[in-house]
Amino acid sequence: MNEVLLILGMTLVTFLPRYGVLALMGRIEMPQPLFKALRYVPVTVLSAIIAPDLLLKDGSVNLALNNSFLAAGIIAILVSWRTKNLLLTIVLGMAALWVWRAVFPV
Amino acid sequence: MTELHTRRSEFIAGIRDTFPLVIGAIPFGLIFGALAVNQGLSPAAALGFSLFVFAGSSQFIGAGLVAQGVSMALIIFTTFIVNVRHALYGATLAPYMKHLPQRWLLPLGFWLTDETFAVVITRYAKPDRSPFKHWYHLGSSVIMYLNWNLWTFIGLVAGQSIKPEDLTRLGLAFAMDVTFIGMIMGQLKSSPMVLAAIAAGLSAVVLYGMPNKLGLIVAVFIGIGVGLVSERLMGKDEPVTPTVESNIDGMPS
Repeated sequence: MNEVLLILGMTLVTFLPRYGVLALMGRIEMPQPLFKALRYVPVTVLSAIIAPDLLLKDGSVNLALNNSFLAAGIIAILVSWRTKNLLLTIVLGMAALWVWRAVFPV
Repeated sequence: MTELHTRRSEFIAGIRDTFPLVIGAIPFGLIFGALAVNQGLSPAAALGFSLFVFAGSSQFIGAGLVAQGVSMALIIFTTFIVNVRHALYGATLAPYMKHLPQRWLLPLGFWLTDETFAVVITRYAKPDRSPFKHWYHLGSSVIMYLNWNLWTFIGLVAGQSIKPEDLTRLGLAFAMDVTFIGMIMGQLKSSPMVLAAIAAGLSAVVLYGMPNKLGLIVAVFIGIGVGLVSERLMGKDEPVTPTVESNIDGMPS
């Protein structure tokens, strides 16, 4: 396979959705309903990225105690909810992951 | 807070606030560099993926398809499908960036990742009138880019001596999840927003089997739909500006 052409093609189809909409939408007056919908993008995207990381193991739902991502994720949610502190959430969440793995090895 | 914002302070704050996500990307960069050459890419092409395509998931999927001998046209089409979600990020960021000239939009567009989007949308939506928020965006973008290429390169060089299992044991990838958790929690300020988050998360789990990360984008649309519908049902019209402002301490001020 011609690797230069492959990279060129992949670069183009990655760059276009990233840049194209960003540049275009800045020029047009966005309709209000679209505005309202876009407010939900950050929260829904982030939730859709992390939920499978926490709940799935090899493609199926794992609610067992040895699912350290889920356990530490729940702890991080609680920490964030109580403290509203992002840095503390990250530090305690990572610590929870390591402690949990020591207690409940895979 | 009457903090004085300069180009430099914004740039540095962008790097600082992206740092946990930089850590989270390390194992993936390493593994990509180490595995891509086993999948039939030349070392130069593997690095080329990270330098020019610069999109984690699609790089893994692309390299995997090369290994399976899939046609170039199909690999490029698949890459497009995997990365089309970035259009949503562009649409969400556009209102905050429309004053920027092309020499800013082009590079910031090129560098737009899940991670940088998550960090900078919070900064743009802050009510302060800093004229240099795009410098914050630049800092976040540059550190993600340098980090990704550095670890791709190290993965390439270290090659066989890298064992994905060992990296998994370190749990660095969880840094991204836990950062995103904190960011989500900071934005859950209304019931429709909470319902949207839950709907998107559960949908993403159920739809995970869809090819090319399509489940992710469908889940996002389901979440947005649930949010909008519950907003209407509850009769609570939120302000129409796309605010996602966060009161979380420790976030950029």
